[in-house]
Amino acid sequence: MKSAGTIVAMALLIAAGIALSPLAATGIPQNERRSGYTFMSPDTQAIQDDDTANPGMLWALDGEGLWKRKVGAAGKACADCHDDARSSMKGVAARYPAFDKALGRPVNLEQRINLCRARHQDASPLAYESRDLLALAAFVAEQSRGAAIAPDATPELEPFVTKGRDFFMRRQGQLNLGCTNCHDDNWDKHLAGSAVTQALPTGYPIYRLEWQSLGSLQRRLRNCITGMRAQNYDFGAPELVELELYLMSRAQGMPIETPAVRP
Amino acid sequence: MRKSLGSTRRRFLGLAGSAAAIGVVPVVSLRPAAATPETMTAAIRNVVGGAVVQTGKVKLDIPPLVENGNTVPMTVSVTSPMTPTDYVKSIHVFNEKNPQPNMGNFYLGPRAGRAQISTRVRLADSQKIIAIARLSDGSFWSVSADVVVTLAACTEEVM
Amino acid sequence: MASALINVPKKAKRGDTIEIKTLMSHIMETGYRHTAAGQVVPRDIITSFTCRFNGAEIFRADLFPATAANPFITFFTVATESGKFDFEWIGDNGFAETASASITVE
Repeated sequence: MKSAGTIVAMALLIAAGIALSPLAATGIPQNERRSGYTFMSPDTQAIQDDDTANPGMLWALDGEGLWKRKVGAAGKACADCHDDARSSMKGVAARYPAFDKALGRPVNLEQRINLCRARHQDASPLAYESRDLLALAAFVAEQSRGAAIAPDATPELEPFVTKGRDFFMRRQGQLNLGCTNCHDDNWDKHLAGSAVTQALPTGYPIYRLEWQSLGSLQRRLRNCITGMRAQNYDFGAPELVELELYLMSRAQGMPIETPAVRP
Repeated sequence: MRKSLGSTRRRFLGLAGSAAAIGVVPVVSLRPAAATPETMTAAIRNVVGGAVVQTGKVKLDIPPLVENGNTVPMTVSVTSPMTPTDYVKSIHVFNEKNPQPNMGNFYLGPRAGRAQISTRVRLADSQKIIAIARLSDGSFWSVSADVVVTLAACTEEVM
Repeated sequence: MASALINVPKKAKRGDTIEIKTLMSHIMETGYRHTAAGQVVPRDIITSFTCRFNGAEIFRADLFPATAANPFITFFTVATESGKFDFEWIGDNGFAETASASITVE
């Protein structure tokens, strides 16, 4: 079990998180929150623990290469503005989705990468779930590994967090299920042999064993919605970004694990 | 609000269509024709010929209840001094319910130092796995393990 | 673009048994899946993995559709002298990838 020191540290982080984002409520008591990692078998945990055995690292390595590649009409690489990602991207993924002033709404990390491509590299957007976009997202998010999830403190984000939370709570679809029914009320149980977990996205993009590939949080959410037999949303839909935003605020204070491995 | 089964199918194909536009292949994993214990026996005979396969010396580390049948970590190790005159030549792994009985052949030699390999395999269903080692003296040794595989929930597929 | 992740100790003592871990990016399409329209997705797998040390084969593996995507293979070898490991993956549709790693043996 956790040492007293760790509990105090967690409490401080959580208290700080609540001060910044009062709407980040969760149905699970703060001290009962557990990463999806803790629900996995030791064999699967071992895959995540070893960087030389974690298939997600293949994408992160690709991303490292893409970071330096000049693209677009502007002929610029990410590195040309952001230098060494190890320092410039530290902590960045931990506060995404973040508010974009020009769009007036939150954007997730993948959208931010595409916005950079459009605004600064004069390059066309990378398709959602394409290998290149996932590789860059994995590489950038990996630079936040170990950092505490800390949603952007901008008050403009609050109405979007609320929308995301409303989605999470709302019963929908053929099964008349809300996300909360499983992930708040039944996270200690199983569904079809798999642990339900608490819907705390600490390691995205993840290498999901079911996909045998790295994939984004939105891909996972679309899987959830398919499982619920509810109306699904396209990649990049505002509803999905709002849900991502709520989920990350739900996980505030927990450390980033990207690239995580999950069943 | 209950909808007809037809609209569920349309929604899945619609989902698949939009997924295709984004570059994710819309595949459905139908239950393929499975191997049988008989095809596994035949595959084993391909390797060992008419030789007797003894039990022992081989250890198969595989989770008894797998997290996901798509990626199952597996380690096979064989007790052997691994000297130039007494070593493991190869390790062969078989299953009884995947579409194919073979899972991997691994060729070692005296320079291996330790007769142990690890990899990740796919298991289509709960089944028996058999690992067979061929030693330098021509003998065969085996071990088997029973593995339980459950289906994942909440995937791209409407099951 | 990185296709492979190799883990070989940089240094070893003569006679030590060392573990080598390899991870290769590959979809390992089984050939048993179907599209929603009912067509078979053709097989596309790595069929063979070989490791040579200073030119001599020290390990080889036959892979099948039962090997999980992004094949992870680990094995052992005795460190005898300094030199270079060469890794080769061969598969369907002309797939051929190589990687290498050096070791200093004292």
